[in-house]
Amino acid sequence: MSSAPQQAAPPLPEKLKAPGTDIVRRFVQGDLASLRVFVVLGLIWAVFQFENSHFLTAQNLTNLFLQITAVGLISVGVVYVLLLGEIDLSVGAVSGLAAAATAVLQVKHGWGPYTAIGAGIVVGLTIGAAQGFLFTQFGIPSFVVTLAGLLIWQGALLKVLGSTGTVNITDPKLTGLANTFYSSTVSWVIGIGVIVVYAGGTLWAWRQRVSAGLADQQLAGPIVRVVVVGAATIAAVSIFNQDRGLPLAVLILIVFVATMEYAATRTRFGRHVFAVGGNAEAARRAGIRINAIRIAVFSIAGAMAAIGGILAASRLLAVSQNSGGSDLLLLAIAGPVIAGTSLFGGRGSVWTALLGALVIGSISNGMDLLALDSSVKFMVTGGVLLVAVIVDALARRQRQAAGRV
Amino acid sequence: MNANTPLLALHGVSKRFGAVQALGGVDFEVAAGEVVGLVGDNGAGKSTLVKIIAGIYSPDEGEFFFEGKPVSINGPTAATELGIATVYQDLALCDNLDVVSNLFLGREKISAGAAGLTRRLDEIEMERSSEELLSNLAVTIPSLRSEVGTLSGGQRQQVAVARSLLGEPKVVLLDEPTAALGVAQTAQVLALITRLRERGLGVVVISHNLADVFQVTDRIFVLRLGLQEATFTTASATRSEVVAAITGATERTAANANPDGGRL
Repeated sequence: MSSAPQQAAPPLPEKLKAPGTDIVRRFVQGDLASLRVFVVLGLIWAVFQFENSHFLTAQNLTNLFLQITAVGLISVGVVYVLLLGEIDLSVGAVSGLAAAATAVLQVKHGWGPYTAIGAGIVVGLTIGAAQGFLFTQFGIPSFVVTLAGLLIWQGALLKVLGSTGTVNITDPKLTGLANTFYSSTVSWVIGIGVIVVYAGGTLWAWRQRVSAGLADQQLAGPIVRVVVVGAATIAAVSIFNQDRGLPLAVLILIVFVATMEYAATRTRFGRHVFAVGGNAEAARRAGIRINAIRIAVFSIAGAMAAIGGILAASRLLAVSQNSGGSDLLLLAIAGPVIAGTSLFGGRGSVWTALLGALVIGSISNGMDLLALDSSVKFMVTGGVLLVAVIVDALARRQRQAAGRV
Repeated sequence: MNANTPLLALHGVSKRFGAVQALGGVDFEVAAGEVVGLVGDNGAGKSTLVKIIAGIYSPDEGEFFFEGKPVSINGPTAATELGIATVYQDLALCDNLDVVSNLFLGREKISAGAAGLTRRLDEIEMERSSEELLSNLAVTIPSLRSEVGTLSGGQRQQVAVARSLLGEPKVVLLDEPTAALGVAQTAQVLALITRLRERGLGVVVISHNLADVFQVTDRIFVLRLGLQEATFTTASATRSEVVAAITGATERTAANANPDGGRL
């Protein structure tokens, strides 16, 4: 028998850095992308407020939030797809088709509104699952599968709507989704409930870490987070209350964002999504059924597209041949990317769906207030997207230069 | 050299890829508390053999015995369930996840949560076990919550090895664990391998680096052109003997010399 190696392994302190440069590095490398996007959002708001003092009024901000709910909901599903490092080009068309299915079932076939909504979501879910299945089973790039889907579901939308081409929604439960506002009291109760739940959860998690004797037990981080979230919630509720009250649609968006963020960061499924996006081969070898994860993620994208489409239909009181068309798809993908979800997979957060939709929505809303031509709107939005993607690519290159992939 | 039953034994394992005979009738075994070095030139069949043991490839022929009992390994999961863990050269780590997430990837711990509804990850339990595991192995990492992409090559290798131990395996296969590492980092990884042996694990190390092989192994198994060329007891072997077996420069080697050895 040979003997064990004689020299002991010297523990080497391999990483030493000043905390200040650490924050700069993390900012540049994109770890603090959400902070970056808040700065951008603040700039956009400041510019538009300077140009038109109506921009930051309660009424306009409420309108802004109502405008972004549909695209924000679609983006929630898109974030999951982006986390895998894939893309889903069909979400716009699926949102239109699912909304059409809901509207036609309710208006023409007399289904109950909730059953019709459920059916619409099932349509989106099934389409997503089918696309995910084709993508995984035949190894076709998701880009191509969902591009084909985009065309197919647009055609299906025309077919479902039939000769009239437009279905008007009058059912109060369906229209109520986007046109319900809670009274001042109810809004405050909801807002305070949000703060209590968030603060309780954060502090409880902190206590757990402390009692388990784990590292980084400073209370500063959790307290800062609770204060920021609390202030944002109070500000939002008081703004909504100055106008018509907290809109149900915004509540729906926030509930979905929070739930899906929880699923992404706190559950086994979410961990596996990040793993597949970071290194699919490693995930496979770790025993993760990567194709099941992929199909599930595309199903989520389809379902979220359907929910967003139904909300858009509720807001417009109709489903038409243009539903889910135009720039909806591109904005739903651009939003999370602008807000810091990587196109390369494995990095991002569901909050970027909300933040990105806010950035894009603010640009669009502000330019509408300034009565700018839609040609300018398109070009500016495209420019912002381009800058965001360049920042993402630069952050990635920075990480690689720092030995991180 | 080991009187007890080998932990893992393979008899007459063959694998063919089209016209290429990657492995031809190889017998291989590893005992508990033994480190076996698997050496050979490029294309000798080392990786094929490891992948067969790990269940990635299914052999065309051959028998498997685990702890003396005949078994069939028909997939990576079957190998894992038997107690065979593999650390590949590419480490198969997710660079975008932190150390704890990588250690528990695919076997995350779940806490039922408040109402038993939330099924969330038990980060605290995972972090505590990670800390315990890494300190038992004397692995030093800046922070358990640092992204694996930020770690050095030696640290990444150690994380990958530590991860393989979470499944409480009996046999650990290491594919080129010291390739592309500096001197200090290589020493760390070799020290880790000896700690695996002290834990009573059977360890198979594929390596091109004979200095490392001689330093850490008990037995050296040489493959050449898909056939087993020779087996040496490390303590009594010389480097030139091993090199000769690897390159096929000599016909006579050790006990289980192979007929193919005559090919010069």
